[in-house]
Amino acid sequence: MTPRIRRLAVPVLTASLLALATACGSGGGSPATEASAKPGEKIKLSVGLFGDFGFKPLYEEYKKTHPNIEVVEAVTQFNDHHNNLVKRLATNAGAGDVEAVEVGYVSTFTSQPGKFVDLKQYGLDKRQGDYLDWKWQQGLSKDGQQLLGLGTDVGGLAMCYRKDLFKKAGLPSGRTEVSALWPTWEQYIETGKKFGAAKVADAKFVDSPGEIFRAMVNQAPVGLYDAQDKIIVDSNPDVKKAWDLSNQLTQEGLTAKLAAFTPPWNTGFAKGSFATIICPAWMTGFIQEQAKDASGKWDIATVPGGSGNSGGSHLMVPKQSKHPKEAAELIDFLTSKENQAKVFKEEGTFPSIPALYDDPSIQNFTKPFFGDAPIGKIYSDAAKALKPQHLGPKEADVRVAIGNGLGRVEQGKQTPEEAWAQVLQDVQKIR
Amino acid sequence: MSTLPLSVPTRRRRRSVRHTLDVRVSPYAYVAPFFLLFCAFGLFPLIYTAWVSLHDWTLLSEEHTFVGAKNFQTLLADGYFWNATFNTLSIGVLSTVPQLLLAVWLAHLLNRRLRFQTLLRISMLLPNVTSVVAVVVIFSQLFGRDFGLINWVLSWFGIGNIDWAAGTATSHIALAVMIMWRWTGYNALIFLAAMQAVPRELYEAATLDGASSFTQLRRITIPMIRPTIIFVVIVSTIGAMQIIAEPLLFGQSSGAGGGAASGGPDRQYQTLALFVYEQGFTKFDFGYASAASWLMFLVVVAVAGINFLISRRVKGGTT
Repeated sequence: MTPRIRRLAVPVLTASLLALATACGSGGGSPATEASAKPGEKIKLSVGLFGDFGFKPLYEEYKKTHPNIEVVEAVTQFNDHHNNLVKRLATNAGAGDVEAVEVGYVSTFTSQPGKFVDLKQYGLDKRQGDYLDWKWQQGLSKDGQQLLGLGTDVGGLAMCYRKDLFKKAGLPSGRTEVSALWPTWEQYIETGKKFGAAKVADAKFVDSPGEIFRAMVNQAPVGLYDAQDKIIVDSNPDVKKAWDLSNQLTQEGLTAKLAAFTPPWNTGFAKGSFATIICPAWMTGFIQEQAKDASGKWDIATVPGGSGNSGGSHLMVPKQSKHPKEAAELIDFLTSKENQAKVFKEEGTFPSIPALYDDPSIQNFTKPFFGDAPIGKIYSDAAKALKPQHLGPKEADVRVAIGNGLGRVEQGKQTPEEAWAQVLQDVQKIR
Repeated sequence: MSTLPLSVPTRRRRRSVRHTLDVRVSPYAYVAPFFLLFCAFGLFPLIYTAWVSLHDWTLLSEEHTFVGAKNFQTLLADGYFWNATFNTLSIGVLSTVPQLLLAVWLAHLLNRRLRFQTLLRISMLLPNVTSVVAVVVIFSQLFGRDFGLINWVLSWFGIGNIDWAAGTATSHIALAVMIMWRWTGYNALIFLAAMQAVPRELYEAATLDGASSFTQLRRITIPMIRPTIIFVVIVSTIGAMQIIAEPLLFGQSSGAGGGAASGGPDRQYQTLALFVYEQGFTKFDFGYASAASWLMFLVVVAVAGINFLISRRVKGGTT
């Protein structure tokens, strides 16, 4: 009998173990709890971010006033973060209690108001007066009835440059003189040509045209979408102009051909492979992190072509959150006036609360890394002059299609005309 | 087993029923876990994917309208799909052919009395144990344009800075090297196992007849391990057709840029599996992605079938 039992037992056991394993795999969610937590109950809030938002010290502070709340941060890479969020919303599982959404994606998510908590329910509409109006509007549902996200930062534009490389190229290096070199993008390219002619060893004028293109489009009154959410890449002259100027950088041999946010690009910072980079406020934190040894070499000038916004985020609460009330309170805290100012001073991400722009602690804020550049004043001016632009639901996809086109020209695979024709075809397929 | 006489007591007969049950049923119980899992994670997705592929089905909308074969029609006219098919075949050939030749050769070298035999054999498996992420990240640095080791070595021979990730051929070579790095040792071990079953006497006789080591490999070893060669060819072909992690990570860790799953701005190294991933998980067009994965399935079956026919003809030279 015994061997027979064993003979049967093995497969049965295997089957049940496997079944168990798969059951565990499919579950894995947080234990179901009541929608509103009882007082004193321990609550874990998960916050999904892309990159470092500089929130860590704030969580500690929050814990002091809310001892029962533990905040766990989950950071993933930019694309993965947003793609995962789409998947998690669609499957109604796995999203965090608070999710950050970048401006390129915000319209994707605000067009699905059913998937998010209306923050008005928790009284957060009281914050409207704090915010830049357009930033506030971006967080509303399409019909304007629901408040889905509260803004964190805005990406007012500036241009960061390497003083040492400018000196080597015989260009002026003070930030006022440098700003005077390029009131327009055409003059920026002219400066680039001078830089190129000086043949500074191992350094190009700019990292790659991708982010420059984005900045130029963002400076236009209308960008990739019109107000009716129709893609107008083919008919908007400002987009074509930005495309032509970006490719001009490539064709003049001014780019280091380092695609943004890749490891070789990071190395490029450390090695000083490029002399200028488009610098939305959040980029300053990035430079500081990547070019640790280059303290004092970078400085900040004004951006060519007038003000614009590039980047910035909102915090939203997915409806699947078990603790929407607590999550909303946490958002209120993380985006408060005081905390946005704190985060700016640490991380460089610039507040979306205009009352801060004239605040002396911001106005007089300088950073030694950037040669004591008055970054508070630079980005306040940039933010004040911002003209908001309407962003469409597939903004990110359109940008990828155009970015690929710029890349093809940069890699010498196509002429700008061929690349543009392909971009238009790709964009047409985006629905 | 002899049939029992009718006069046996009922107790014994019941036992015999149990015995027959055991013999008849328990084999099915043994294989049941596999088939249950296969139905849940293999067959069901396969059929469900076919169902989805007939719909206009995106992750973002709740509505799924039936569109018949429209997705397949669009797909057959989609240049990016054929580009991905070409890339897959190109990377597949570039990685599999040298890999298998190298594996046979390595196995042949190891198939003799050597010192540290076990150590040598285990170390061949090490690249396969390494995580694919680590392999791709490190190889992307080796193949770096500005500060890569390979370009540095090539510069000694006066070969200029090659932008490995940018070119079609160069990126395929880079990816093929990564795949070979991971799988050559693994395949060599399988070949080695088969070689050890070849009777030693054949080699001794051949040596007496004055056959060189290479002739022995060609005339004795390869014909004798033919079934293993067929197996390895088919398994590596299927593997090569499904390459996704390498190009996806190469796109993120090389400086080529492009969308997260584009496989470079010109889709120069986007494979079929990566194309499916791009459609399904960055554009969330599940209907289209499902249609693409079904066509990919057919491509895999076709290529594996062709390779089966070819490798079945493998004979040792001109016998």
